Amino acid sequence: MPESMYVIVVGAGKVGWNLGRELLDKGHEVTLIEADRDRYLTVEQELEHNVQYGDASELWVLERAGISRADLVIAVTGDDEDNMLICQVAKEKYLVDRIIARVNNPRNREWFDLLGVRPHVSATDLILRLIEHEVPEYGLIHLLDLPEERLEIIEMLLSDESPVAGRRVGDLDLPEGSLLISVLREGRGFVPGPDTVLEPGDEILAVLDPGVEEDLKRFFGPDGTQGAIASSQ
Amino acid sequence: MFIVVVGAGRVGSSLARAMLRDGHEVSCLDEDPESHARLDVGLERSWEDSGGQFTVGTGLEVDALAAAGVERADAFVAATDGDNTNIIISQIAKRRFNVPMVVARILDPLRASWYEEQGLHTICPTRIAIDMLEAEVRQAAGKTDGDGSPRGGDGSSADPEG
Repeated sequence: MPESMYVIVVGAGKVGWNLGRELLDKGHEVTLIEADRDRYLTVEQELEHNVQYGDASELWVLERAGISRADLVIAVTGDDEDNMLICQVAKEKYLVDRIIARVNNPRNREWFDLLGVRPHVSATDLILRLIEHEVPEYGLIHLLDLPEERLEIIEMLLSDESPVAGRRVGDLDLPEGSLLISVLREGRGFVPGPDTVLEPGDEILAVLDPGVEEDLKRFFGPDGTQGAIASSQ
Repeated sequence: MFIVVVGAGRVGSSLARAMLRDGHEVSCLDEDPESHARLDVGLERSWEDSGGQFTVGTGLEVDALAAAGVERADAFVAATDGDNTNIIISQIAKRRFNVPMVVARILDPLRASWYEEQGLHTICPTRIAIDMLEAEVRQAAGKTDGDGSPRGGDGSSADPEG
């Protein structure tokens, strides 16, 4: 992150206000834009000239805030259409290098992608991911998705019936496009060698090409059925 | 032609009825079930009995768009009361569903003109009103012989400073 950036934050709700305050504390120049008069007056008592009143989907409001010299525009209003529009014009009209958009309804994620509004962040998705992580029975957990780089890192818990439990890593014929990178056992992680024997309860981390997920699920058989049947045939 | 109209407000419902009367197939999508009543206005039979379709939902919901028939639409009109909504859903109709003819109603002239430059077909009622009012006022100004004085100015008007 550059030493000091000029950041425009649209939407001074809980997310925007806290974000604005944190960025100011880190020494960045910040302008918050809020369309609700009462909310603006509340936030203005603390952040003073760092907050402006207006509807940021009106282009002159963005221009008044100095969007053409902004290093980063963050749209965190409660309205997905507004967030998409603001980021789209920031990127395509005012050529802002970096944008970040908040997704309120995860079902709209597809439209953010369609319009090239990336990266985007959804609190709902983050919490769902945490739930997946806390409830390993759920199967396969995505730790990292880089769709543009065509790369995923996933985590899987080996059940008692996993067809690979008790087998040497060196003997495994992993699905093409996947690589076992780490084993977490009793709270400790290590990089497995060919002689490492997998045990039930191990959590394995693998890096894979997109689309290999289902093959990998079957191979490690998280529910202890598909994999076992496949390997016994 | 099969036309999908999103937003059955005054503009959307009038357009939908006119297109139906012209013999086109018309499907309306609106998040407010009550907006259906507006479609019936002035029709001898109800909207559906006259051949129209109505779906409750928004232009961001894939299921609602599919139910309204966007996948086979020849034309898509974004006429909700939100400029940003219209801009986003018309891009979805174009890019995701490849609707051949897409037009968005955008009240803000600045947003309308920029998106028009980007290749989105937009109609800006505000721009049209500004242009018409300008023309009216200019024409009126021309009739006063350009002396700039109010109401032909004979100096006898009740001017408090006079």
